[in-house]
Amino acid sequence: MTALVAVALTVVALAGTAVVLSDEPQRQAVTLSIFGTTLVVLFVVLQAPDVALSELGVGTAVVPLMVMLSIRTMRKDRAQHDEHDGEQDGQ
Amino acid sequence: MSRLARLLVFAFGGGVMAVAFVLAVLDLPHFGTHEHLYRDLAVPAAVQHGTANVVSAVNFDQRAVDTFGEESILIASVVGAAALLRPSSEETEQRVPDLGRTLEGTRLIGYVLLPVTLVLGVDLVLHGGTTPGGGFQGGVILATGIHLLYVAGSYPALDRLRPVTMFEIADSVGAAAFAVIGLIGLASTGAFLGDFLPYGDFGQILSTGTVQVLSGVVGVEVVGGMVVLLSSFFEQEITVRAEDS
Repeated sequence: MTALVAVALTVVALAGTAVVLSDEPQRQAVTLSIFGTTLVVLFVVLQAPDVALSELGVGTAVVPLMVMLSIRTMRKDRAQHDEHDGEQDGQ
Repeated sequence: MSRLARLLVFAFGGGVMAVAFVLAVLDLPHFGTHEHLYRDLAVPAAVQHGTANVVSAVNFDQRAVDTFGEESILIASVVGAAALLRPSSEETEQRVPDLGRTLEGTRLIGYVLLPVTLVLGVDLVLHGGTTPGGGFQGGVILATGIHLLYVAGSYPALDRLRPVTMFEIADSVGAAAFAVIGLIGLASTGAFLGDFLPYGDFGQILSTGTVQVLSGVVGVEVVGGMVVLLSSFFEQEITVRAEDS
């Protein structure tokens, strides 16, 4: 059991490092989702199924999805502003 | 504030935090021991109130006021995000044609898992007091499950089968019902969120007093909140276009 906890903790640490080392935010959303999955495994190993279920829903699905959607919304907004500025310069 | 001043503030705050954290961790009970002060108090209290899932007993009975605060945070953040993401006066809503292509395998898995996920979510909400799960977990799984319709099908399909107004109502009714149940508890037992329902046989679905009721109410609120939150992002992303000036 202790060996299983040690393996799960190590995998969490590796996945967490991968999230930090991902350079672009939208790649980070994907690694964050994987990190969430490793946390789910850790919580199950530590006999906390309630927390594992919350993490499964929030950490692996909702948060990465919202990160992706926020990045896209900001990019679109910025592109529209640039377009608008370009039009004004042309006049 | 200059860069140096900010660095000094951080060094002070971070240093105090690091020292306090290390001292606190050194004082914790060792990992994997059988001494748990909180468990020794929480488990008998949960069993006394007929709740088999001790985590739910802590969330919805012993520390229900904390959960009430958390639910208020959730509804406040949903309202805030929806207000920020609403189409501004310069933007109009347009239904864009569905241009995305979905892989056959993704469609198959999405459509097969859609009913499974919804049933699992309802099950988690309804058995919150007896088995692992509860209103929050079930609600999040239900809300993400509904969005499999977008992954497997298309946005128009999701939009037709997910009337956002209904989920807005669910969000506020769920949050209000939590407060009302708390007030009924205050009136009948003298404590806010006091458990006023009878306890049945241990392990039965209706044995848990107000725990199961509060779990269901939270489930309704979380489904509503999550769907409204994600839908305002989708609306902004998929249907809103700035007006041609």
